[in-house]
Order: sequence, then C-alpha cells, then structure tokens
Amino acid sequence: MDLLNSLFFDYTIRTVALGAAVLGIVAGALGSFALLRRQSLLGDAMSHAALPGVLLAFMLTGSKAPVALVLGAAVAGVLATFLLLAITRYSRIKEDAALGVILSVFFGFGLLLLTFLQRNPTAAQAGLNKFLFGQAATLLTRDVVVMALFGGAALLVVVLLWKEFKLLSFDRDFGASLGYPMTVLDALLTILLVIGIVIGLQAVGVVLMSALIVAPAAAARQWTDRLSTMIVVASAFGALAGVAGALISSLGTGLSTGPVVVLVISVIVLLSLLFGAARGLAWAWLRRRRSRRTLRTQAVLANLHDLAVEHHNPHYAHSVATLRAMNRYQGGVRHSLRVLADQGLVHEVTPGNWALTDAGVARAGAADAPAQE
Amino acid sequence: MDNQTNLPAIDITDLTVAYQDKPVLWDVDLQVPPGVLLAIVGPNGAGKTTLIKSVLGLIKPVAGQTLIFGAPYATQRRLVAYVPQRGSVDWDFPTSVLDVVMMGRYGRLGWLRRPGRDDREAALGALEKVGMARYAGRQISQLSGGQQQRTFLARALVQDAQVYFMDEPFQGVDATTERAIVDLLKELRGAGKSVVVVHHDLQTVPEYFDWVLLLNIRRIAAGPVGVVFTEENLRRAYGGRVGFLGGNGHSEPAGTAAPRRAETQAG
Repeated sequence: MDLLNSLFFDYTIRTVALGAAVLGIVAGALGSFALLRRQSLLGDAMSHAALPGVLLAFMLTGSKAPVALVLGAAVAGVLATFLLLAITRYSRIKEDAALGVILSVFFGFGLLLLTFLQRNPTAAQAGLNKFLFGQAATLLTRDVVVMALFGGAALLVVVLLWKEFKLLSFDRDFGASLGYPMTVLDALLTILLVIGIVIGLQAVGVVLMSALIVAPAAAARQWTDRLSTMIVVASAFGALAGVAGALISSLGTGLSTGPVVVLVISVIVLLSLLFGAARGLAWAWLRRRRSRRTLRTQAVLANLHDLAVEHHNPHYAHSVATLRAMNRYQGGVRHSLRVLADQGLVHEVTPGNWALTDAGVARAGAADAPAQE
Repeated sequence: MDNQTNLPAIDITDLTVAYQDKPVLWDVDLQVPPGVLLAIVGPNGAGKTTLIKSVLGLIKPVAGQTLIFGAPYATQRRLVAYVPQRGSVDWDFPTSVLDVVMMGRYGRLGWLRRPGRDDREAALGALEKVGMARYAGRQISQLSGGQQQRTFLARALVQDAQVYFMDEPFQGVDATTERAIVDLLKELRGAGKSVVVVHHDLQTVPEYFDWVLLLNIRRIAAGPVGVVFTEENLRRAYGGRVGFLGGNGHSEPAGTAAPRRAETQAG
C-alpha cells in the first residue's frame, strides 16, 4: 500500500515510474520490429555507440542540457548504423562481426572520453557517467515530457505507416515491386529505433538499454501470433518492467533503477518462454510427455496382446518383469498398466501378473489388425 | 488492355546486370506477347532470378531497359504481379494467411490507407481460387510448403495484373499443388495474361508452358517451346551438364567454360 501511495504522491518516484513506463512502451513497440527484422543486435550496437555521442556533445557545447546530449547520442547512433551498412556492403565482413566491431570501437572510444573527462575534473562534468548505467532518480518532469513527446511521435509514425512497416518487415522485395521506397522506409524505421534508444539513455544507460529493446519483444512473441497484439503486449511488458523497476528501487535499498528494470523484464522473458500461450516451452513439454505416455501405454497393451496370441489364450497373465523386458527402452510399465486398468482394458490376475480383459482383447486386436495384414 | 494487344506484354532490350564486376546477365533481349506462359530455364547461377528482379526494379541493371506494354515498369506497376521465392521470407512472422494475401492490395491502396472490406473480400476470393479458403485465419508458420506457395499465388492474384512474374512456384510442392498451380497458370493465360515462370524441371516444360527462354548469363534461345526447346539449345544452355545427366559422354562444347564459372554463385 505504501508503495502504491508513493507511486501517486511521491514526486520523485512518480516521475521515475512515469519515465520508465514511457520508455518501456516505446522500446517495446520499436523493439518488436527490430526483433522481427532480426536486428535486435543492431539496437545493442546503437545504444553502446551512443556513449561517445553524448560525451562529444558535452565537450562541444559544454552543457549538460538533455536536448544537446540526446542529439549527440542520436547522431552517433545513426552514424554507427550507416557504418555498419557500409561495412557489410563493401567488405567481406559479415553482419555479426561488423556489429561486434562497431559496438566495441564506439563504446571503447566512449569509455576513453569518459575517463579523460573524469581525469580533468571540472564541476561541469560530474554526473556524465550516469549515461553508462543510467540514473533514473535524476529524471525531472521536464525530461519525462521530452521523452513522451519524442516517443509519442515515434509511435505515431508507426501507427500511420503500419502497413508499410509490416510490408518492410515481412517481404521487402515484394513491397519494392509494389513501388514503395523500401530503402527510405528502412532508414525511417531505423531512425525511430534510435529515438527509442536515446530517450532511455538517462534512465537506463547505454549498456542496459538494449535489454529494453530486445526483451519485451521477445517475451511478447511467446504470447501471440499477431503483429498488432505482439506490439501492444511488448509495450505493456516494457511499461510493467519500467514501473516495477522504479518502485522496487525506490524501496531505499540502494538498488539503482536501470538494473532492476532489466531484471524485472528478464523474469518476464523467462516466464513467457516457459508459459507463453503461443509457444511456451512448458506446454510443449507437457504435450510431448502426454503423447509419449500414450505411446507407452499402447505399447504395453500391444505386448500383452502379442503374448496372448503366442500362448493361444487371450487372457493369459504375464508378470510385470516380462513386460518390462519387452519395454526396456521406454519404461513406465507399471504406470501404463494402471492407466489401462482404469480404462478396464487389463486386470491384475494375481499380484504382479496382468492379463487382458475382454475389452482389452477387442481393443488390442482392433489396433493390431491393420498392422498384421 | 484491349487497345494494347499489338504491343508486347514484356519488352526487354540489352539488359545487362553485374555484381561488382562479374556479369550476371549479359545483353539479354526478350519479347513476350500477351497471353503466353513462358518458362525461364537455365543452370544455377544463369541469372533467372536476377532477370525477374531487374525487370521489377529490385536490382539496378548496368544497361538496358524493360517496357511493360510499351511503357517503363515504374509507370506500369499496376499491370504487374510478383511471386517471390517462397524461401525469401520468414514464415515465422506473426501474421495470418489472409493478412499476407491482402498485401497484394497494398500497391493500389497507396500510402496511409488501410485495407478495407473490398480488399478483404478480394483476398478471400483469391484464397478460394487457390483452394486455401479454409486456411484464411491460420498463422503462416503452420502452413506446409505447398500451402505457403498457394498463399503467395493468392497474393499475386489479388494484384489483378496483366503480367505475372513467378520465381520457382513449383519448388518443394507436392503433386497436388503442382497440378493446382498449373491449372491456375492456364486459367491466367486463358484470360489473356502473360506469365513468366522461373522453372527447374526440364521434363515438364513442354507440358506446362508454350514459350521458353533458355538462359545462361546470355540469352541462349527464346520462343515457342516447339521451336526452341531442342537438345541442341539445351546443351548450349547447360554446357556439359545435360550430357552428364543423360549419361551420354563428357564432351563439353567449347565456349561454355566462361559462363559456367558463374554457376557457383547463387541464382
């Protein structure tokens, strides 16, 4: 209750939670496109590449005004993307290697600038390292408004160009044959992704921002087979993680918001992977288990039938050990016998010895007949 | 299109395409009249897909031009439909069969407009035609190869075009689907449309198609199947390979060595 109270009445917590929610919504939506276009790692490279952009913007302007820093981050992110495209197009280096090169070069340069700035301490540079891991507590209402404006604009473009972006993501060549300028749309969607990343840098930082791009989308994909639903769910997951992260870190245990947000979204991913409605691993495992059990049960029934045929007595009883030997690689004979007994197909004649009932003979005979023909 | 019948549906002149400095298509000419089923055949790396893609403006040719009913493709898009290779898209994409088919209407919809009831009905009608009406709401990852191919064909049908380009529509489909596709092709021809198909099975060329283009970087021969689909032309297109398959000797005609070098590249 206290937590909920502070969500509404504590200025700092409310601002942080709102900011994190805005960020989660925007990152979830844009990350969905990145995931479907297999560009999740591009988001990772972009956010790392934003660090030198932020620091250079500070060195050039001497101010820490968010607009200047965010603009620097955006320019660096776009530059990194174009470099990546140039490397994959004009050299023999493949995309994964190019991503690694871009990420480490830009991020390394950013760290270099950061240590350089810290070694020449002026009052002005204090707090720049918050862009590394984020410091959501420093968010002001003004910052959240800026985030909401840019993020909202990005989402509006997605809504307006919905069918064009879907075409781009699913079948680019077909879209081009229809006359849509796919290169322009591609660049536009990439720029939107950069916007989604840079508005999160202050709160979450360059290192953890990529998690907010990839994770909500990956989690949402487990729940639905519809693009529109996936994007809404991804946004909801992102917002949920943002708000939860902000609240948990506000409990005053010295946890900073960014990492907590990432941990929350990771838990959401894990749960989605296991229990997602569309493709949850737990459901698949249960289905496999059930069908394996059915197969085993049928095998035991067939074995009893085979034995009965050999002995020319349909109700001849056999020990569990015999059946086990015949099912050496499948196991579960006792369980199968119990299931069959529940169905009235077998019965235990003497302890440990089982035989087919009349119903069992009929069922096994019917199942066997086509196979023996 | 009735007043255009004296124009060729497709008119390609001097088309040359190169990746970096390797020629993929060299100086190809092709004229296809309306109402013709044309197969493009040739070995791997002969430039069959490249030919279609450069006609559609997906690949920029080094030289040459393509006219569709006498005008450049950019102004005639509404007359052309395209069926890409099935494997060119991610079939795990979160969307339904109906949704994919409706993409065929995006061209005439233009920017910002959403598909409406007409488009929905057109898409359902096309699915009916390819025998996929029951699968309209199905998630595309649950389709078999043949069903994927039929979905793509339905998407091309709702484009309601005069000229159809299809990249390997028979690739990896079962006999029933192959039959259905052939029937569809003949129906399109009956309606006066031209269909250009990248094809791999030489055996079925005379049965399915009435024109053929034999391609191996250069145009080897093009025209009615009865005239140009000869063993001599096939050997020129495939080099030693046809002899290899038929088991009649290893003789490789001189002059095919250069184009065969390109075979190792993707087609």
